[in-house]
Amino acid sequence: MHQLTLKQALEEVRKDGGSALIKALSARVSSLNPKLNAFLRFDPAVSVVRGEGKGPLQGLPISIKDNICIQGLETTCASKILKGHRPPYNATAVERLKNAGAVIFGQCNMDEFAFGSSCETSAYGVCRNPWDTERVPGGSSGGSAAAVASDMTLAALGSDTGGSIRQPAAFCGVVGLKPTYGRVSRYGLIAFGSSFDQIGPITKTVEDAALLMNVLAGHDEKDSTASSEPVPDYTKSLVRDVKGLRIGLPQEYFVEGMDPEVEKSVRQAAEVFKKLGAEIKSVSLPNTSQAVAVYYIVAVAEASSNLGRFDGVRFGIRASEQSLKDLYFETRDEGFGAEAKRRILLGTFVLSAGYYDAYYRQGQKVRTLIRDDFSRAFKDVDVILSATAPTPPFKIGEKLSDPLAMYLSDILTIPANLAGVPAMSLPCGFTSSGLPVGMQLMARPFDEPALFRAAYAFEQETQVYKKKPKL
Amino acid sequence: MPLDDYEPVIGLEVHTQLDTKSKIFCSCSTRFGCEPNQNTCPTCMGMPGSLPVLNEEALRLGIKVGLALNCKISERLKFDRKNYFYPDLPKAYQISQFDMPVNGPGWLMIELKGADGGLVERKIRVHRAHLEEDAGKLLHEGIEGASLVDFNRAGVPLLEIVSEPDLRSPEEAYAYLTALKAILQYLEVSDCNMEEGSLRCDANVSIRKKGETKLGTKAEVKNLNSFKAVQKAIQYEIERQAAMLDNGERVVQETRLWNDDKGQTFLMRSKEEAHDYRYFPEPDLVPFTLSAETVEAIRKTLPELPAARAARLAKNYGLSAYDAAVLVQEKPLANYFEDCLKSKANPKMVSNWIQSELLALLNLNKLTIENSPVKAEALAGLIALIENNTINGKIAKDVLPLMFETGKPAGEIVKEKGWVQVTDTKFIEEIADGVIEANPKSVTDFRAGKNQALGFLVGQVMKASQGKANPKLANEILVKKLQPQ
Ligand SMILES: [Zn+2]
Repeated sequence: MHQLTLKQALEEVRKDGGSALIKALSARVSSLNPKLNAFLRFDPAVSVVRGEGKGPLQGLPISIKDNICIQGLETTCASKILKGHRPPYNATAVERLKNAGAVIFGQCNMDEFAFGSSCETSAYGVCRNPWDTERVPGGSSGGSAAAVASDMTLAALGSDTGGSIRQPAAFCGVVGLKPTYGRVSRYGLIAFGSSFDQIGPITKTVEDAALLMNVLAGHDEKDSTASSEPVPDYTKSLVRDVKGLRIGLPQEYFVEGMDPEVEKSVRQAAEVFKKLGAEIKSVSLPNTSQAVAVYYIVAVAEASSNLGRFDGVRFGIRASEQSLKDLYFETRDEGFGAEAKRRILLGTFVLSAGYYDAYYRQGQKVRTLIRDDFSRAFKDVDVILSATAPTPPFKIGEKLSDPLAMYLSDILTIPANLAGVPAMSLPCGFTSSGLPVGMQLMARPFDEPALFRAAYAFEQETQVYKKKPKL
Repeated sequence: MPLDDYEPVIGLEVHTQLDTKSKIFCSCSTRFGCEPNQNTCPTCMGMPGSLPVLNEEALRLGIKVGLALNCKISERLKFDRKNYFYPDLPKAYQISQFDMPVNGPGWLMIELKGADGGLVERKIRVHRAHLEEDAGKLLHEGIEGASLVDFNRAGVPLLEIVSEPDLRSPEEAYAYLTALKAILQYLEVSDCNMEEGSLRCDANVSIRKKGETKLGTKAEVKNLNSFKAVQKAIQYEIERQAAMLDNGERVVQETRLWNDDKGQTFLMRSKEEAHDYRYFPEPDLVPFTLSAETVEAIRKTLPELPAARAARLAKNYGLSAYDAAVLVQEKPLANYFEDCLKSKANPKMVSNWIQSELLALLNLNKLTIENSPVKAEALAGLIALIENNTINGKIAKDVLPLMFETGKPAGEIVKEKGWVQVTDTKFIEEIADGVIEANPKSVTDFRAGKNQALGFLVGQVMKASQGKANPKLANEILVKKLQPQ
């Protein structure tokens, strides 16, 4: 029963209200989570607290990344500094799930404050990849992706600042969607890079992603960056038809150092689309090589500011220092992990007087160039296809001591966040050693329907999603 | 070098609380005097995950002030984060406006008393006026070894109005603040209550040798909680900096605190310790465009402002520019004046009675015009009694304090006290006869052409009638009686 998709579970729940399903999944979490550490907190007693609404997700368990606020439940961003913090309110995304009848089903592990590409920087232990527990599940929504991939949950919410939904979805062989910036309310998402962050679904199938997006998307008066653009019914885009769809292959995305098996998988995917009647074109996104540098300037600048509130005064841990300055220093020294400190320092530096023009302002300019790249490319094509990550999941510890190498694992996902366009990762094959490979589809702002159409056609044609990790 | 050889250069930064029902980025109440942290929510507490949403009313009020100060209203609006750590700042950044303030350059007129007693106008340029959120408040009193934080003020909308360094004396600074406060009150955008923190002021003060054009090194003085304190602190700074220069020392740029009890400024932090606020655009608030129509619609809501009202009062009622300026300084005072005129009282008399007698009584009793026990209608009643000769001006000066004390109308007091002016010619003639008889020298003097003798005799008639005689009538009767037969 744990292998059900959201869509299949809907039928199941109609029979008995879903208690058998929750029981089966709870049992699976109990047996598997000690091995994977995908859930930071999982309390079956809490999980059976039903959503109030009689909506489209009635009785369906959905797991939540630990940086999305749930009223009254400890929410920590996998950081020591927020230990014991219980938000007094629900994130809008959680509120919408509950109103749709969903059951909040555990909180998923992540990189501390979403800073990472491997789920190794969590203050509460690394999360492991269900396909190979010696490997990382990807980051930062690694817990959400691993939980879905290992059938411990039906679906999960993640957040994506530079690829944090798509890269772990690729590493774990599931579907991950980063919606257009502003499509899903960020209210209640503990901010990393405010102008990049988006909440999105991690699911077993493209169809499930559409079901969740129907609930999550839409304007929110609590978030002034949330768009009031009307929300289409995304399930209407689930048609096996890509005839005439123009798909672009960005030449700059087939980078040096890319794993040949990953490249091969993606090129094969392009062939599948071609066979299905899509038109494959080459496109250029000339400023791609600047994306990682710009991202690590602008996103960490925002992050350093967003994390200022963790000072030991109002929530989380507080060092027992007497003087104010020492209270700040010690609380932050004890509370933040190495990667968080690295990013706070970097962000503080790029914003400081005398460096602002050279870094932050310059970064914003290049960000505009990258956005322009996309607008230009989307004049010629409807969807852009690439790999999600340049390599298959790497070994735990392999890149931890080399931050730059780690940062490069988001090289293909970061541009979509810089430009604010929607992007989806879905499984497109496996390496010879059986590790999942994900491909990325990007579309014009608010054209999630194009992503669903292309992804659904590919998924139904290839049935890659049906393969499960051996656990 | 004598103090007079230096020229002070002063700029003021005024923070005014905009009078909105809810805070600038959340829907919490802005009510003053609530229990600590009663008016808080996840957003103004800076809870992780919370987001700001701009209160349109705060923006509207901010633009209203900008229009009244002749500012250039920005077409494109953006907010910025000003980052610093302090326990009363929940997010460790303040949402403010850095390089694109809603209100750009503007100006306001101040009026100073000239050497000849008339008014001299000076145009003071406003550099900018931008929106921002207030911080919370630390409570130390009665707490041993700890501090408590009250976030009720956190997120209260402020407009920071920054002047150019155009002010040249503590008096000018005072006049600027008075003029600004009057404008804010006329606009009804702020109650300008300094005790409750809804109007706060920092002063940038430097001095230079007269005739120099280069600016001297400034000190910023904070913690000024009354207009008088602003004046005193600026005077203190001028003297302190002059003494330093006279001693051959250099003034250094620093932030100083004013201690009102001691009447001195103290070093708060030097330039080296100055904050690096690491400003950057607030990503949680989307920049937006302000349409010309919106601005024009707000302009249409502007009320008559103090300067226009003073001009109207002077023109319509024949008041002097000085009197009109005094009356409009506080909107309630000008309202009171115009309310008096509803009873067709003589405007000049009303103006004089308000400015000389009524304000003195109010000051003495520490009352404002709004809670004056003598309402406009009652004052008009008193003046009517003078105009129809029921009482004379001298008696009226005794009637007003009694009205003030008892709240009774003038007519009732005059009746009770039997102060009705006597216009009975026979009665005055009898008294005049007695006075003439008792003062032969004055009579002789008057007849010899010494006119001041008449004044004395009138005074004697008034005295003998216990002030009740109509002085004009007494005058006439005496003159008639003293004509050489
Ligand atoms: Zn609030």
